[in-house]
Parts: sequence; structure tokens; C-alpha cells
Amino acid sequence: MGLFSRKRIGQVLSNEHPVSSPLTIHDMTVAYHRKPVIWDIDLTLPEGHLIGIVGPNGAGKSTLIKACLELIPKASGEVKIYGKPYAKQRDLVGYVPQRESVDWDFPVSALDVVAMGTYAKLGWCKPVGKKQRRAAIEALDQVGLADFAHRQISQLSGGQQQRVFLARALVQDAELYFMDEPFAAVDAATEKAIVDILKELKRRGKTVLVVHHDLQTVPEYFDDVILLNMRVVAFGPTSEVFTKENLQKTYGGKLTLLDEAAQAMFRVSQGGRKDE
Amino acid sequence: MNKMRLFAHLCLFASVLFGGQVLYAGGGHGSVSHPEDNMSWGEIFELVFFLDLMTRWVILSTTFLGFAAGLIGSFLLLRKRSLMGDALSHAMLPGVPIAFIVMVAMGGDGKWMPGLMLGVTVFGLLGVMMVMAINRYTRIKMDAAMGIVLSVFFGFGLGLMKVAEKLIGGEKTGLRHYIYGSAATIRFEDCISIMVVSLIAVLSCILFYKEFKLLCFDASFGRSQGWPTGLLDLLMLLVVTLVTVVGLQTVGIILVIALFVIPAAAARFWTHTLWKMVIIASGIGAFSGWIGSIVSAMAERMPAGAIIVIVASIVFLLSMFFGPAKGVLIRTLMKRRLNRQVARQHLLRAFFEHTELNLDGNDTEAFGAKATELSIDELLKSRSWNRSSLKKLLRVSAVAGTVAELGGDVFRLTEAGFVEAERHVRNHRLWEMYLITHADIAANHVDRDADMVEHILGEQLVRRLEILLEAEGVSVPRGGVPKNPHGALIGS
Repeated sequence: MGLFSRKRIGQVLSNEHPVSSPLTIHDMTVAYHRKPVIWDIDLTLPEGHLIGIVGPNGAGKSTLIKACLELIPKASGEVKIYGKPYAKQRDLVGYVPQRESVDWDFPVSALDVVAMGTYAKLGWCKPVGKKQRRAAIEALDQVGLADFAHRQISQLSGGQQQRVFLARALVQDAELYFMDEPFAAVDAATEKAIVDILKELKRRGKTVLVVHHDLQTVPEYFDDVILLNMRVVAFGPTSEVFTKENLQKTYGGKLTLLDEAAQAMFRVSQGGRKDE
Repeated sequence: MNKMRLFAHLCLFASVLFGGQVLYAGGGHGSVSHPEDNMSWGEIFELVFFLDLMTRWVILSTTFLGFAAGLIGSFLLLRKRSLMGDALSHAMLPGVPIAFIVMVAMGGDGKWMPGLMLGVTVFGLLGVMMVMAINRYTRIKMDAAMGIVLSVFFGFGLGLMKVAEKLIGGEKTGLRHYIYGSAATIRFEDCISIMVVSLIAVLSCILFYKEFKLLCFDASFGRSQGWPTGLLDLLMLLVVTLVTVVGLQTVGIILVIALFVIPAAAARFWTHTLWKMVIIASGIGAFSGWIGSIVSAMAERMPAGAIIVIVASIVFLLSMFFGPAKGVLIRTLMKRRLNRQVARQHLLRAFFEHTELNLDGNDTEAFGAKATELSIDELLKSRSWNRSSLKKLLRVSAVAGTVAELGGDVFRLTEAGFVEAERHVRNHRLWEMYLITHADIAANHVDRDADMVEHILGEQLVRRLEILLEAEGVSVPRGGVPKNPHGALIGS
């Protein structure tokens, strides 16, 4: 644990969380089995922007999102949503997980899945009612799937499944959205539908954080971009930050030392027994 | 291949059914045996409707047990925790002798039910906790962790069982009933506890239906919403534990998992809707419990637990073949229908393209006069058909009125056949043109690709194709058929 003694320093310096920012991350390190995946992340997101996260495979893009949502534990650091801990601000946050994270053979309809976005506001033991169903159908309509509401989810195409997840997040009616690779392996119609939704969310003043893998579309889709490779290489307006040099820093193999250090910490934590 | 597999399954089940009698003839401590050998219809009627005093509570108990297990089993299956149920029940075994020894040592009745139940519950939960701990704190994966825990606990339990028997004397303790189950020992009080547990299962599935649904489908989204998924998992596991505990006496430690998994798996073949699946699974479970114990009561020395599981398996097999949601039969039928439709459309296209060669340009107006007559031999050249299937195809098409036989193995398209053929050729060519202009596929490759797609192009897709192609500057005749983009006769 001595390796993470920065934790205490982080807490001392933690008064840097302005209420006006939808998401502030202060000195966050996340580790799987004691092996750090992302290091010392500091971020303060501007409100009402579309923000892309790009970086090579294994850079920790999904990890960053999951740690913010407290789905995986942080080794150190703090995350605040509008200046308060996530546990108190859950109703302000919407989440679109990766499509592969669930079993699409599950016996539910598209409408059922979208209605899950209303569960938190419904509370314990109350069944989904007319009001929730209407909200779900509206959200399905927004993503262009109103005609598919009663289809079982395995009978939808990959792109349609992705849009169902998006509709579920829309129904949450949040201020800040986390989307994990919503553009992964989708058809042209879905890509366009998602972009339209992103623009609509922005128009309504929402902040959206999107894990993205297609570098070509970054300048077109996002106001700001986070270049991530185990640590934040660069963050800022896309026009300023999305440069060749920064991309080279992100995707080039200049992080071998950081990675090796992580491997070494992993080995130490395993008692030096297992070599990866 | 499928037929072979079906046959093998049937043989297996037949041998289990008939072999069961021989196998259990020696032991037979599980049977809900009835004193008389030959039963009258009146007696069977009494059994079936819970009127027979000797077996009433047994049959009611197994029915309710099957119902409750099918109910919560649906969620267990969808949460992908079926094997956890198995680990849970096997880990319970040491609880039986330990509770027994403790109660005897304290001077009480070693077979006092609540004490035994407490013992198995403690050990079951201990086993589950160990699986979780092994999975979490070592690099051993879930499946191996469950394998280790269930075998170690079960082996430990068997050893202790022997010790308990030696301490108390002989095999009179009856503790072994818990391994294979012994429905005959069920009394009124046991039946009441099974009913109470069923009620708890029903109430928790109704109250937490929405929560369980979310947990099983997307637990991490649930967690991001603030639902305590660990607690929900625990709740589900507690209901499973309760049902297992009251079920041990009836079906035994080894077989109890079947009551959770088989009805739920069978129900999945009947519906794509969760609440329907849950109800169907409960129904299948109840039916299996009911029929199983009736059969056990009628046939002497047939263990109820095994019969219940066999009945459930038969329902599962029937569901797998005849279920409308994902059943093998419906899928095979649909595939055959599609194949037949595809073949018929290919035949029409072959006629059309031969006819087209005989026409100048696309002067299809003059079709009637110039419709090509083709012999079977000529048709055989245009596709990789074999003679018998082509003949059958021609016969079917003649009945459908798209093709007319002129005698002597010579055929031609009818007017109706021409209209249909035109539509398919048009779809085929539009798709070919799309592949050439938009997908950069070489012209001599597109025929085969379009071959597959033409049959599934709906009206909407065709319209979008037309718009796309026109935007590209390709002329698409409104009603008619565009020219063959690769300029060769099909199949050549």
C-alpha cells in the first residue's frame, strides 16, 4: 500500500471541485489486481460539451468511465459530479455500457430494456407503469426505433441494439452522460442517429463523455477531446489538442516505462511469483 | 446428423426410464410406494387429485416444490448462476451429520427437522461464500472454484455421515435420505414448510421482479443506477437456499439442481418474454413434481426424486423440439421453407434470362409470343441443379401456376410466372449494380453474392437501392428489368 501513499496528498488537495463542472477528477489512479491501468488522472470537464476519449487499446478508456461510475474501485483520487460525490448525484448521470457487456438473447423486448432507465427514479418494488412506458416509447422514437418497441432484443441488428442502449440512457434524463464505444461496429443509419442524438443533447445543455475509436471523425463529432494512454496525454478543445504531435504521443510506444512499472507492481503484489 | 442425435437422446432416455426400475429395485428407499401392486382407476384418480390419504401430502409437496424451484430457477438461469445452485446444494451435505451429532450430543432428537435445516443452510451458504472468496482472491476462475468447493464439501459430508452413523448405530439414522431424497418420509408438517417457502418465493419474485430483471440482464448498469446488486444477488440466493433446503428431503442433494435448471431452460423455448417464461417454468416444475410423485406412488420402489427429474427432462426435450420461440422443429421448418422459396425463384430467373436472350433489347411486351420453351436438359446447364430436384421443383412450380408443362419434359413460363420472375431478376440486378458501384466488387463476382440477397430484399430496401443507384447516375428502369451488368448468362 505504500506505493499508493499519494492518496493522502490527494485528499488534502481535494478542494478543487467547482460545482459548475459536471465532472471533476482529481489525481485518480485505478488498478486491476494492484496493477495500475490509469495513473494520476486530473480532469475538469466543461459543461454542455461533447467530449471524446481516444487512445489505443488498453489505454484505460473504459476503465476511466467505470471508475467514475464506481463500477470498479479506485486505488486513489476523487471524482465529483457537479461538486458532489457520485453516490449523491446518481440521478444526474446517464450511462451507455458497451454493447457486448450483456447477453442479447435475454427474454425481454426493446421497450423493457429502455424502461430500465426509469427504474432508479421508480424506486424499490414499484412496477413499471404507463408513465414509464410512455417515456420509454418516446426515447425509442428519438433513436428511430419506435416500430421495434415490442421486438425481442435478439431480433434486432447490432446497430439497433446499440440504439436501444442509447434510448435507455435518454430515458434517464440526466445532465451528464457516459457512453462506452457507442459507435463500435454500427451501421451508417445508427451512426447518424447517434450523432443526431449527441447534437440534440448538446443543444439541451447536457455534457456527454464518449469513448471513441475512430480518429477520423473526432474533429467532426467532438468539441473537446481527451487523449488517453494510461495517463491523460492531452485534454482540451479538439481544434487545439487534436494534433499530430499529441496523437503520436498517445499512440506511439513511448509509454513502455510506465507499463513496465505497472507490470512490476503487479508482480510485487502477487508475491513475485507470477510472471506475465 | 440431427436425426442421429435425436435417436441417441431417445435411446438414452428410454434406457434411463426402463433401466431405472432395475437400478433402484435393490435400494428403493425413495419410493412413494403404495402397498398394492395393481391399482384400479379409482385409486389412480385419488392419487392425481390429492385424495389418497397416504400420498396426499407427498404429491402436494413435490408439486409445490417443483413450482417454487421453477420460479426462482428462471432467474438463477438468466443470471447464469445455475452451477452456483449445484455448488450450494452439494455444500449442504456436511450440515446434515454435523447438525445430527450436535443435537444428539445435546441430548435431543438428532433428526429434529428445524435443526437439520439450520445445519444445511449454514453449510450451503458457507460453500457459496468460499466459491466467491476463491474466485475473488485467487486467480482460480468461477467454474474451477465451484468444482473444488462442491466436491470437497460433498466428500467431507460423506465422511462425516459415516462417522455419525457409527456413533449412533447402524444405518438406522436415515441420514442418507438426504443424498438421494426420500419423498415417502414427507409428512404434513413438511408439506406446510414447502408451501410457506413457495409463498416466500412467489412474493419475492413479484416484489422484486423489476430488480431481478435488471440484475440478470445488466448488473453493471444497475449498479451505476445505485441498485445494491450484491444484496439482490444475496436475496436471490437466499430464496434458492430456502427452496433447496425444503427440497432436499424429497429429491436429495444430488438431483435438486435439476428442478431449478430444467424447467427454466425448457420454458425459454416457449417464449421471448420474461414474465411468461417465469410462469411457464413454474408450471413445468409443478407438473413434473405432480406427475413424478404420482408415477412414483403407482410403481413400487421408484424413487420420486429421480422420476420427477425424468418427467422434467421429457418436458425439456419436447420443448427443445416443439417450442415456438427457439425450438429445433420450428427453425428447421422455417429454413426448409426459405430454401424451397429460394429454389423456386432461381428457377423463374433461369427461365427469364433464357427468354431475355431470345428478345431484342428489353422488349418484354412481346414476351407472350416469344417465351422460351426450355427442356429439362437445357435448364440443367444453367444452374448446378440435379435432375430429380429440378423435376420436383418444376412440378411444384407448375402447381403454383408460374410454369406450364408443354409435354415431353419441355416447360415455359406462364404470364403470372413472368411477372414474378421479372421482379426477382430486377432485385438481383439492382443488387449487382449496387455491389459494383458502391462496394467496388468485381463484375464477375457479383452474381453469386446477389444470388443470396435477392430473396430477402423487401420493398423498402429495393426502393432505397433505386434511390442510391439513381443518385450514382445509373439508369434504373421504373418497372422493367435493367440489363445484366456482367453480361453473361447465369451459371456460366
